[in-house]
Amino acid sequence: MSEAPAANSARATETKTTTCYMCACRCGIRVHLRGGEVRYIEGNPEHPINKGVICAKGASGIMKQYSPARLTRPLKRKVGAERGTAQFEPISWEEAYTLIVERLAKIRSTDPKKFAFFTGRDQMQALTGMFARQFGTPNYAAHGGFCSVNMAAGMIYTIGGSFWEFGGPDLDRAKLFVMIGTAEDHHSNPLKIAISKFKRQGGRFISINPVRTGYSAIADEWVPIRPGTDGALLLALTHEIVNTGLYDRPFLARYTNAGYLIDADPASDTHGMPLRTGEDFGQGSPHFSHDELWWDRIADKPVINHAPGADPYLAGEFRMPDGKPVKPAFQLLMDRVQQYTPEWASEITGIPAGTIRRLAHEMGVTARDQKIELPIPWTDSWGVEHETVTGNPVAFHAMRGLAAHSNGFQTIRALAILMSLLGTIDRPGGFRHKAPFPRAIPPVAKPPKSPDAIKPNTPLGGLALGWPAGPDDLFLDENGGAVRIDKAFSWEYPLAVHGMMHNVITNAWRGDPYRIDTLMIFMSNMAWNSTMNTLEVRTMLNDRDESGEHRIPFIIVCDAFQSEMTAFADLVLPDTTYLERHDVMSMLDRPISEFEGPCDSVRIPVVPPKGECKPFQDVLIELGTRLKLPAFVNADGSRKYRDYPDFIVNFETEPGSGIGFLAGWRGKGGEKTMRGEPNPRQWEMYAQNNCVFQYKLPRSYQYMRNWNRGYHEWASRTRLRRNFDPLIIQIYSEVLQKFRLAAQGKGTSKRRPPPELAKRIERYFDPLPFYYAPLEMEASDTTHYPLAAITQRPMAMYHSWDSQNAWLRQIHAHNYLFVNPRLARGLGIADGDWIWVESMHGKVRCMCRYSEAVEPGTVWTWNAIGKSRSAWHLAPDANESREGFLLNHLISDELPPAHATGGRRMSNSDPITGQAGWYDVRVRIYKAAATEPEESWPQFQPVPAAPGTNPVRRLWQAFVAGTGEWK
Amino acid sequence: MTQLALVIDLNVCVGCHACVTSCKEWNTSGLAGSLVDERPYDRDPTGTFFNRVQTFEVGEFPNTQTVHFPKSCLHCEDPPCVPVCPTGASFKRPEDGLVLVDYDKCIGCKYCAWACPYGVRELDEDRKVMGKCTLCVDRIDNEALPEAERKPACVLACPTNARLFGDIHDTESVVSRAIRENGGYQLMPEWGTQPANHYLPRRKTELRIHRDELDRADNPLKIDGLLPKPPVKDPSLDDVTSW
Repeated sequence: MSEAPAANSARATETKTTTCYMCACRCGIRVHLRGGEVRYIEGNPEHPINKGVICAKGASGIMKQYSPARLTRPLKRKVGAERGTAQFEPISWEEAYTLIVERLAKIRSTDPKKFAFFTGRDQMQALTGMFARQFGTPNYAAHGGFCSVNMAAGMIYTIGGSFWEFGGPDLDRAKLFVMIGTAEDHHSNPLKIAISKFKRQGGRFISINPVRTGYSAIADEWVPIRPGTDGALLLALTHEIVNTGLYDRPFLARYTNAGYLIDADPASDTHGMPLRTGEDFGQGSPHFSHDELWWDRIADKPVINHAPGADPYLAGEFRMPDGKPVKPAFQLLMDRVQQYTPEWASEITGIPAGTIRRLAHEMGVTARDQKIELPIPWTDSWGVEHETVTGNPVAFHAMRGLAAHSNGFQTIRALAILMSLLGTIDRPGGFRHKAPFPRAIPPVAKPPKSPDAIKPNTPLGGLALGWPAGPDDLFLDENGGAVRIDKAFSWEYPLAVHGMMHNVITNAWRGDPYRIDTLMIFMSNMAWNSTMNTLEVRTMLNDRDESGEHRIPFIIVCDAFQSEMTAFADLVLPDTTYLERHDVMSMLDRPISEFEGPCDSVRIPVVPPKGECKPFQDVLIELGTRLKLPAFVNADGSRKYRDYPDFIVNFETEPGSGIGFLAGWRGKGGEKTMRGEPNPRQWEMYAQNNCVFQYKLPRSYQYMRNWNRGYHEWASRTRLRRNFDPLIIQIYSEVLQKFRLAAQGKGTSKRRPPPELAKRIERYFDPLPFYYAPLEMEASDTTHYPLAAITQRPMAMYHSWDSQNAWLRQIHAHNYLFVNPRLARGLGIADGDWIWVESMHGKVRCMCRYSEAVEPGTVWTWNAIGKSRSAWHLAPDANESREGFLLNHLISDELPPAHATGGRRMSNSDPITGQAGWYDVRVRIYKAAATEPEESWPQFQPVPAAPGTNPVRRLWQAFVAGTGEWK
Repeated sequence: MTQLALVIDLNVCVGCHACVTSCKEWNTSGLAGSLVDERPYDRDPTGTFFNRVQTFEVGEFPNTQTVHFPKSCLHCEDPPCVPVCPTGASFKRPEDGLVLVDYDKCIGCKYCAWACPYGVRELDEDRKVMGKCTLCVDRIDNEALPEAERKPACVLACPTNARLFGDIHDTESVVSRAIRENGGYQLMPEWGTQPANHYLPRRKTELRIHRDELDRADNPLKIDGLLPKPPVKDPSLDDVTSW
C-alpha cells in the first residue's frame, strides 16, 4: 500500500447522478469523477429500480467511455470506396447537416416514404417516432420486431399489458415463480434483486428452459424443454388445470370474456363473434361498446354482461330466443384444449407427462390454497365495492425465449390465458402492470389505413405504428398491398405492431414493395448480429443496379462506436455515450414505472462529449429544424427549440395540453405532476432528485387496474387514458376472429386478404390459442437437420457493443457451441474440437464445448460475441473474430421457397406479428477435417480504423482515474 | 478479535459478474491499484482481477446443477502466504484480520502465490507487485464515506445480495448468523488455513401436492354443471337391496 487512505480520499472530487445505459435496464447510478475522469460508477441506493446495486456491465462503464473504438468525427465514405471497406474522410458537422438536409428535403417534397428511419435502440421512440411522423414517412420503427414483439403483442392483445417494461412478476408476494425460456435481459437488476429475496423468503422457483444458465442455475427445479415447443406445454398445463377445476372461476367470470356468448353457428356471417345487444355501454369509448351477452345461470337466460346480480355460465351450449346456437367463450377454450393432453405435449416438448401434470397441480393448488387477502378496499368498473384485494401467488416471467419463434404470438397468448385462468392478473403475488399500462385491448393508437396518409411536405396522417383491431385498421394500398417498406400492417404481417426492421434491407434491396432513397440507422448493427442472413445482407448493402447506382442509394448510420454497420455507411454520425448526454425515459415511450405507480427518469451529462460527438437527439432536433418540420419550428419557420434539453422542457403534445416527455415537476414552479405547464427548471429538479420521478398511487389504485374505477378516473384525469371503461381480458380474441372472418369472406369488414394469403390468415388468426410447429421447422428436413440451435445473452455483455470494453471482453472473448456430451460423443466430437454447424441456409465453423446443462436436441451459444475482423477496433487476430462466431449466418431472413405463398417470399417471422423467428433454425453438426484451419468460418476482410478513433494500447494499459493520462 | 470476511450465498448467486468488474473498477483507481490489463484489445486479453467467478456443472443431464462460484482472497486466519514472504510485505492486519500486501516492500517474487492453496493472488505484470483482494480496505477505513457504504465494492454491487460482509468472530453478526443457520462452509478446511470467507450451499424448496387437494368440494366445474349430480331416478342400491 503505497498511499495512505486520507491522501486517496482527498483527491476524490465530484459525484453526479444519472441513469445507466450499459443495457436497457435503466438503473440509477452515481458517477464519481476525479480530475474530470470517471473514477467509479456505482448503483444509486436512492433509485427505485436498482436500489444501489449495479451489474457487471454497469460497473464497466468506464471502459466504454474511454474505448478506443469511439467515433469522434462525422465521416463520409471516400469517393470510389466500396461500402463495407470502411474508408472514410472526416467532414464537419455543417457539411454533414447540409448533405442530409438537401437530400431529405428533396425526398420530403416528392415522396416522403423513400426515407426509411430505423433504430436499434427503443427507449427514445417518442422522439424518433415523432421525427419520422413529422417528416411524413411511414417507414419507421425501432428494433422490437426482431426482438420480442410477440411478447408485447401476445400479452397486450390478451390482458392489456405485458412483461418487458410494461409489467412483471410480483415476487415480493409470490409463492411460486415459473420462468419460461430465456428472459434474463429485460429488467435484469430488478429481477435479480427480486429472485434473491423471493428465494430467501422460501419461494419455489421453477425454470423451464432448454439450457440451464443464468437465473435457471438457482432454480429449485430445472425442466428442460425443446425450443419452440413452449406453446404445447402451456396448452397441456391449461388442459390439466381446466379439467381438474383448478381455475379461478370468480375471476374468469367477472374480469375476462370467459362468459361472453359466442355465435356457434358455422353458417352465420358473425360466426365466432360475441353476441351483442347493440347498446352502448362504452362510457364514452368509441372503440368498445361493452354490450356482449352472458347466459345468467341464476335466471337461466341471456343478459347483458355484468348485469347486477347475474353470474354467467362459463360452460354449456345454449340457444338464443331466435334459435341461434351460442357457447360461452370458456366452453370454446375447454373444447380446444381437450386435444392437448400432457401425453400429447410430452412427445413434442420432451417433458414427461407426469411432470406436466405435477406442474399444473403446483400452479393450481398454490393459486387456490395460498390466497392473499390484502385489506385494501376498491371499487370495480361496475360500481361494486370490494373490501379486499385478493392475490393468487403464482408468478410467471418470460421474454425472448417464447417470443423469438414464428409460433410465439399464439404461445404467448396461451401463457397470458394460463395466467388469467389462475386469477393472477394485476393482483398481489401474480403479474402486475406498470403505468401507462394497462391499456385498452388493443390499445387505441392505430396505423394509417391508406397511402393517402403520405403526402409531400406534410406530416404522416397517423402514427407509423399502432394496434390494429381488425382488417379495417391495416395499412394497405388500393390493391390490398403493403404501404410500409417492411410490410408491417399488411395482410402478410397484420399485427406487426413494432414494425419489422429485419425486413427493411432485403425489401429495399429488392424494391419490394418499392425502392427507397435514404436509409437512416441509429445504433443497430444491421451488417452483423442484428440481422438474419448476415452474409447476403452485407452484399445487399453494397449492391448496385444495372445503372451502377446502389440499390439502397444512401445510408446514414449514427453510432458511438466503429461497428460492423458503420463500415457500410455513406455518412457516419458520431453519437455520444450515455455519460455525455441528456436523455429521458418518458411516459410517452417506455418509462421505468414501478408496480406502485408511474415513474420516469433522465440522464444528465456527467462528462463533456468526446471530440465532435453529438447526442443523436440534438442531431434530430437540428435536422427537424432545418427541414422545417412543423413540430420543430414556429409559424414563421424560425427555430423553436434550442436543443434537446430545451425541447424536452417545452414540448407539449398539443399546445396547452400540459402533457410532455417528463411527468415530474411540471407546472411553472414544478408543483404539478403528470400534467402541467412546462417548467423551465425541470431538468434541475430531476438532477436534485436522483434523476428520477416516482409517483405512488393510493393503495386502492395499485391493483386490479384493468377494472378499477378509481384508478381509471385517476388515469383519465392525468390523461394516461382517455376513457375509463373496463379492460376485459380476452381469453377469446375477437380481434383475431375478425381477421379470420375476413379470410373466410365473412364479417363486417369489406377488406379481404388476397386469395393466396387467405388460408394463412384463416389458419393463424385463431381466436383461441393453438400449437403449431415453428414455420422454419416445418419446412426443414429434420432428419437431416435434427437439432435446434439457439442463443442466450451472457449477463456480462449486452448486444454487440461490449466487445470493445477492455474488462468485459476478458470475461467473454470468444464463444463456443455448447453441446450435450451424449450427442457429441455419438458424433465423434470431443470437447474443444472444431466443428461445423450447418443449417439449410449456411454453415459456420466453431469450437464445441461439452455441457450437461443443455437438452440433447439443442445446441446453443452466447449471442453477439463473435465479431468481424478489426471491427470495434479490436486487433485483426482478436479472439472475437478468429475463434468467435455468429449463429446469424445460419438463420435466413426469409422462409424457404416451400413457404412462399402465391409467389411471395415470406419473412422468417411470426405470421401474425412479423416477429423474427431467430430461435427456429434447425441444424446438424459434424467434426471439421483435421486439415482445416483452426479458426472460425466465415472470416471477413479487416477494415482500417476510422479517422478520429483513438490508437489502441496494444500490450497493456492500466487505468487510474484523475491522473490525466493512462499508463 | 475481529475477523472481517465475506460470506457468499451460492443459493442466490446467478453468476452475473457484477462483483468481478465492480472490484476492478474500484480498485484500479484506488489504494490497491492500478489493475493492469494486458493486450486489452488484442488476442488473448488478460489482466488483474482480485475477484473472479468460475462456472462449472455438476451432475449429468437432466440432473444438472450449474454452479457459479465467485472466488477472491479468503483472508485466512492462518494464511500460508504470510510466513513465506521474504520481505514482510504480506501481512495479516491485527485489528481486523485482513490479509494485505505492502507494495513498498513487495519484490514480486511470487512465493505467496505458490503458497496460497486457493490461487487468489494476482501478480501485477506492470508494476511487478503482488495484488489481491483487500476487502476494499480503502472503503472500510474511509470515514469520509457514509457508514452504510464502508463495505467492499463487490458487496454493494451484488444484485442478488449474495455477498454478505462482517465479522465472523462476532457471533451475532449477519455473517455469523448466516454461517450458523444456513450451513456455511469453508474451502478446503483440511489445509488448516482457516479461511475467513465462507460459502452457503444451494438450498432447495419443494412443494408436495396431496392427491386429495385436487378433489375438492368447491370445484368450480360443479357450478357450470360439468360434475353433475346423478339424476335421482338413476338406478341405485336402494332399488335392489333390503336387509
